[in-house]
Amino acid sequence: MTEKKFDYFINGEKDKWEVIIGLEVHAQVLSQSKLFSSSSTKFGSEPNTQVSLVDSGFPGMLPVINQFCIEQSIKTGLGLKAKINLNSVFDRKNYFYADLPQGYQISQYKNPIVGEGEVILDMPYGTKKIGIERLHLEQDAGKSIHDMDPENSFVDLNRSGVALMEIVSKPDLRSPQEVNFYIKKLRSIMRYLGTCDGNMQEGSLRADVNVSVRTVGDKKFGTRCEIKNVNSIKFMEMAIEYEANRQIQLLESGKIIDQETRLFDTKKNSTRSMRSKEDAHDYRYFPDPDLLPLNLDKDLIDKLKKELPELPDQKKERFIKEHNLSSYEANILVSEKEISDYYEEVIKGCDKKLATNWITVELFAVLNKKNLSIKQSPISAKNLSSLIKMITSGKISGKIAKDVFEKMQSDDKDPKQIVEKEGLLQQSDPKELEKIIVAVISKNQDKVAQYKSGKEKLFGYFVGEVMKASKGKANPQLVNEILKNKLH
Amino acid sequence: MNFLSSQRLLNKMSKISELSLTKIVNGIKKKDFSSEEVTKSFIDSSKKSKKLNTYITECFDEALEISKNFDKKKDYKGLLSGVPIAVKDLFCTKNVKTTAGSKILHNFIPTYESTVTSNLWSQGAFLLGKLNCDEFAMGSSNETSFFGNVKNPYGEKLVPGGSSGGSASALAAGLTPATIGTDTGGSIRQPASFTGTVGLKPTYGRCSRWGIVAFASSLDQAGPMTNSVEDSALLLQAMSGYDSKDSTSVNKKIENYSSNLTEKIKGLKIGIPKEYRVDKMPTEIDDLWKKGIEYLKDAGAIIKNISLEHTMYALPAYYIVAPAEASSNLARYDGVKYGHRAVGKNLIEMYENTRSEGFGNEVKRRILIGTYVLSSGYYDAYYLKAQKVRQLIKNDFDKAFKDVDAILTPSTPSSAFKIGDKSDDPVSMYLNDIFTVPVNLSGLPAISVPAGYDKNNLPLGLQLIGKAFDEQTILNLSLAIEKRANFKKNYSVWWT
Repeated sequence: MTEKKFDYFINGEKDKWEVIIGLEVHAQVLSQSKLFSSSSTKFGSEPNTQVSLVDSGFPGMLPVINQFCIEQSIKTGLGLKAKINLNSVFDRKNYFYADLPQGYQISQYKNPIVGEGEVILDMPYGTKKIGIERLHLEQDAGKSIHDMDPENSFVDLNRSGVALMEIVSKPDLRSPQEVNFYIKKLRSIMRYLGTCDGNMQEGSLRADVNVSVRTVGDKKFGTRCEIKNVNSIKFMEMAIEYEANRQIQLLESGKIIDQETRLFDTKKNSTRSMRSKEDAHDYRYFPDPDLLPLNLDKDLIDKLKKELPELPDQKKERFIKEHNLSSYEANILVSEKEISDYYEEVIKGCDKKLATNWITVELFAVLNKKNLSIKQSPISAKNLSSLIKMITSGKISGKIAKDVFEKMQSDDKDPKQIVEKEGLLQQSDPKELEKIIVAVISKNQDKVAQYKSGKEKLFGYFVGEVMKASKGKANPQLVNEILKNKLH
Repeated sequence: MNFLSSQRLLNKMSKISELSLTKIVNGIKKKDFSSEEVTKSFIDSSKKSKKLNTYITECFDEALEISKNFDKKKDYKGLLSGVPIAVKDLFCTKNVKTTAGSKILHNFIPTYESTVTSNLWSQGAFLLGKLNCDEFAMGSSNETSFFGNVKNPYGEKLVPGGSSGGSASALAAGLTPATIGTDTGGSIRQPASFTGTVGLKPTYGRCSRWGIVAFASSLDQAGPMTNSVEDSALLLQAMSGYDSKDSTSVNKKIENYSSNLTEKIKGLKIGIPKEYRVDKMPTEIDDLWKKGIEYLKDAGAIIKNISLEHTMYALPAYYIVAPAEASSNLARYDGVKYGHRAVGKNLIEMYENTRSEGFGNEVKRRILIGTYVLSSGYYDAYYLKAQKVRQLIKNDFDKAFKDVDAILTPSTPSSAFKIGDKSDDPVSMYLNDIFTVPVNLSGLPAISVPAGYDKNNLPLGLQLIGKAFDEQTILNLSLAIEKRANFKKNYSVWWT
């Protein structure tokens, strides 16, 4: 396989430009209750039905840390091969907004719970390491709704206080594609860990995208703009593309970039200014006096480390080493936890290479066609596994297997039953096969003579006739052997 | 009821409201009088006290009802069985208006009960009313309350101190058998000193802050205000305790303060910090301090001169830390969810109008100071520096407590001042807290016990500062002073 080379550069009027991207990903912690209260975090409930006195900022209410959310963020940190800080601090980020009932968000500023780590991306041009700057815990705000009434705005506090992990990357990303891979990898790691469901439609994963540009070869970073709150990978890619080009145009026409916060307009496919650096909030961060500094026990971290599941990178390595898969195949199989779970279920007692082919070619074709996720697969891993076992044990041929696979798609039927019911078992009895072959030979004496006189290509004709006579059920290998003997 | 018996009841009632909390609790238990009689007695004196302006909300009818039910059930198991108690209006009380002395909460009725008041009710007490205080507990004279200033029983023109001024005044005037306040920089001890009552600020973390309208979270602490040291021990025991709803609450065993209470303090070492001898301190304060030293010596204590060398930085540090926290704590009062809301063309204007109308000047001043000291570019110079000073002050105490068991100081640099005297001069007002503030910055327990009078016969208090979670020792030392000082209420009733 020829390795591609990284080639995402933008050609401006004058120069060739490189795009520098850093992401602040907000990942909702998978937990039953909120970061500082016992309210439920269930998505899609009636507005303001999951709100405690703490979440709504009533007088005298105090936050109490949810230990489970702490453990979830430690696990995520470990999954990012990051340093877990034994001492971290919750700070207040002060600003006024109607959906921020306390008038401040509890977050972590100077001392986050997780320090530097990394994420490995398998790009078409090789692996690339993306640095993680930090991960910190914070609470989400509520939701302001401006389009339900011409006069008034509504506030839904169900989200208020829900735990978020803010995962800040280093400015190591260089293209929309790398951002795409990075988000998917991050999401995959968190799904393996069970720390975030990564559901972008429900807002469980969203990102602020920092973009700057510099001419190729320049070592200095340019001035960056932050695109706030982008909630799909496609939009991130579009926003980066637009923003990079906007910045290049400005720079090439001799203007400068203002450091500012911008919004991505999905309808116009463009970004627009939200606020400049001068208008930036002064959040007046200070340690939240209602919460003691968070001091973690090293034993807890060791325990969580031991309990860590196998993560995509490790799994991939194992699949390559132990299952003899290519890096490409392994990547596909580990890309989502559900796919690797499916694969590992299928390979129980059957050929791994064959299983990989059936999953990544046949099954994925069906899923793509029907627009289904692997979790919604019409064929269960168990049934696919027994289909493959019938192939390797010679009970059915590969060709018959494809027919059976087609039939399995309705109601996830057991392939054994289909084969039995329809009499599709492969004919592997040498005596029976011999009878068919003898009959074919006696019917085609002229062709036999031609074959024997040197037209060896006719061998295929005899195989075809035998297969036809057996209605495709004859074991091709045995047919070959017997035919060769008979024709000598 | 004939004239004679009702007259006798009246006499008995007026006497009841002069009794100590402990005597009332015991009297109810021994059936010397009923809970109803006790309640009626305090309601009666409260009703006659409008001029003191101590109550923001009266719960007299409800209290009377509860007392009648109590007398039927006769459950004497609690430490405070059958006792009506009025509390500072900073404690959230379920279904009873809780204002924090502010217009912005003038119509706020909580659906929940603070942990500390819950503790009192589960010991058999019940709510008599909500007492006036400085707005959001910011003040030293009770002049910042939206509900008007409270007057001191010792003089119509005198402040009762603050911020728990309504509590102190009501207690001193016999309108409630005991009360609870909150102390962020002296808000229990200073008014106690001004009204000749006993006020204790427990160790930070001893009492839950859950359900108390927050002023400065790292300093706020609820505590008992009573007419005697014995009462203080009893009420402290009833109100304290670990609360999982307050992350800063400390899970430490609560001593039996009452039964451990003793004036036998022989051999205890008492520190006298030289830094508390401030410039321009009236000689009568110095004399009182000397008297306190004599009382304790007489009881067998050993007096030691000590140094708390960073004391002079405590007040400036406090007036950075407390407003900083307050500026953030008070952000929730924005007119969106509850409390006062003004109209505005848009969200920002609604905020501005609500907060301009809803907060008084002192609260605004502290929000401005707090916002300033936390703002970028000033954080390191003010807030961070103040936190470092705070640590140094803590270290001073830690060092001192290696050699002594408690520290004796005056509670305040003066007796109660006149209404209006300092209200235009915030700095001179803030100086009132000079002896009390270091204690809050260090989280230590301290008590103010009445120990004498100034030349105008106004009460003066002495402060005892204890080691963390050693409330017992300062209670015992206060008892020794109380016995020797023989302080008596010497005001004449002018408000009925």
